[in-house]
Amino acid sequence: MNSVFVYCEIEDGVVAEVSQELLTKGRSLADELKCDLEAIAIGSGLEGIEKQILPFGVDTLYTADDKRLYPYTTQPHTSIVVKLFQEVKPQIALMGASSIGRDLGPRVSSALHSGLTADCTSLIIGDHEDKKAKKKYENLLYQIRPAFGGNIIATIINPDCRPQMATVREGVMKKEVRDENYKGEVKALDVNKYVSDEDFAVEIIERHLEKSKVNIKGAQVVIAGGYGVGSKENFDLLHELAAVLGGEVGASRAAVDAGYADHERQIGQTGVTVRPKLYIACGISGQVQHRAGMEESAQIISINTDPNAPINAIADYVITGDVAEVVPKMIKFYKQNTK
Amino acid sequence: MKGLNIIVLAKQVPDTRNVGKDAMKADGTVNRAALPAIFNPEDLNALEQALRVKDAVPGTTVTILTMGPGRAAEIIREGMYRGADGGVLLTDRAFAGSDTLATSYALSQAVKELGKVDLIVAGRQAIDGDTAQVGPQVAEKLGLNQITYAEEIVAEKGNKLKVVRRLENGVETVRTKLPLVVTVTGSAPDCRSRNAKRLMKFKHAKTLNELQNETQDYTHLYDERPWLTIKELTVSDIEVDHEQLGLSGSPTKVKKIENVVLQAKEAKKLSTADEDIDSLMKELIESHVIG
Repeated sequence: MNSVFVYCEIEDGVVAEVSQELLTKGRSLADELKCDLEAIAIGSGLEGIEKQILPFGVDTLYTADDKRLYPYTTQPHTSIVVKLFQEVKPQIALMGASSIGRDLGPRVSSALHSGLTADCTSLIIGDHEDKKAKKKYENLLYQIRPAFGGNIIATIINPDCRPQMATVREGVMKKEVRDENYKGEVKALDVNKYVSDEDFAVEIIERHLEKSKVNIKGAQVVIAGGYGVGSKENFDLLHELAAVLGGEVGASRAAVDAGYADHERQIGQTGVTVRPKLYIACGISGQVQHRAGMEESAQIISINTDPNAPINAIADYVITGDVAEVVPKMIKFYKQNTK
Repeated sequence: MKGLNIIVLAKQVPDTRNVGKDAMKADGTVNRAALPAIFNPEDLNALEQALRVKDAVPGTTVTILTMGPGRAAEIIREGMYRGADGGVLLTDRAFAGSDTLATSYALSQAVKELGKVDLIVAGRQAIDGDTAQVGPQVAEKLGLNQITYAEEIVAEKGNKLKVVRRLENGVETVRTKLPLVVTVTGSAPDCRSRNAKRLMKFKHAKTLNELQNETQDYTHLYDERPWLTIKELTVSDIEVDHEQLGLSGSPTKVKKIENVVLQAKEAKKLSTADEDIDSLMKELIESHVIG
């Protein structure tokens, strides 16, 4: 059986969070399909990288180690992945929906004429019958994602082309090590057989990577604001509440677009996914893309002037009222009750 | 540097903020006719970058290439009002149902038809799909290098470009030689607004199809003013393998579409009264959700 394959992103010798999550998902898909899980690490100075990758249940790890392969540039990584896919013919290939995966994925799919679905929120195995062509397909990858402004949820399949490719954002899948001592094989690729000198046409002049200052993903309490918060000043109230409760401030896309919050705070399909113990949605209507990033929160409080805001349907507590009135009261009564 | 030939890939998109009941057809594809149509926002950011290169490099031409139904000519006119020199509408029923790969194939074959191209600029992604795939897929089909997530494009001597990229965890500046495909993100500067003189000059710019629907015959006017004719390309004008077009050229298929219906669960309804907020905070503290 052809394998499930994961492209691992590596920054500073560390396998990216999103890649670890995909390795976990890839392992469970491979279990279901009774096939191998394979992965590739492309970069420079990769000795020992397998210690971070094999424990996720990887049967074969390919490495392409060369000074020129780090930091990431499009062309050499594309050449390696395309040629390797032609050799090992995986049935499924997963990449992070990151600035690397979204640069590399479409390039590879275009070269191989294989279908790619971006930003999937769920991946499951299922069958398909094409009634017109009278063909039955078993064990396809259902690639599920919101589309069209979040008004629909689409299930996409690639019946005939391989690999079936999908990208997934960080935080959407859960990360779980299979076995610290998992026995997998490491195969070092002869890089020069996969790349040519012309592949290195892009020169990186400068790179400023900043560790994300905010850590919404790890926060137990998330206070998220939407367009309904109304102003940047009102957003400061959310920061106050977050400071008091020991949480982080998140935002909907509409609030980020309106300039109330930085992009790194965006929660939802095109932002981060959070699963806090408590999610307080302030002035958020609750479009499906936003809900995709928070609906697994343990408890949800919605504060909204509109009693029929869609988010109220998934909330545990609904406060109908103005954020600017309710949030200061929450701060006040929290302080009173914890004295 | 010699003037560059720049193509801006743009898309007219349904305004996904205003989606009604009849937005989807039975086969799961989008019923574009039922929705207000706009210039895809990030394609406007891309147009601005192209126009800045044109400002910096004399002799540069900026051409908008869009694939879509007849009314997509609207965004070509919009682009011309803002500074583009002209546009090409790629339109044919054979393209219906294309996924990103089939779209990229058609666009890249059309680009080949437009002569030597130095730079192709496109928005990172379109708001109706948010896939960010067409730019890189076109680049691969044309055998060109690509720079994605661009925030600033600067033309340099020696036929090179310097591009500042906005990544999720930082900023990267790269340099590479033309020809090239660049996709531009929404954090790049907004597109300049319409120019009044250009609006006067181009407001009657039309495709042949649009002209044929006119009640009066203005042919002589369009003969005298060639800039008023928006070029149209159909499948018969470009070299294509029909198997790679439309639904049959699309490896991805839509298996199922579900409209989003929220399932209500029992929520506690509270008012803004002090007692309500007080008891809520007590409850959360007691259940160790907070505190």
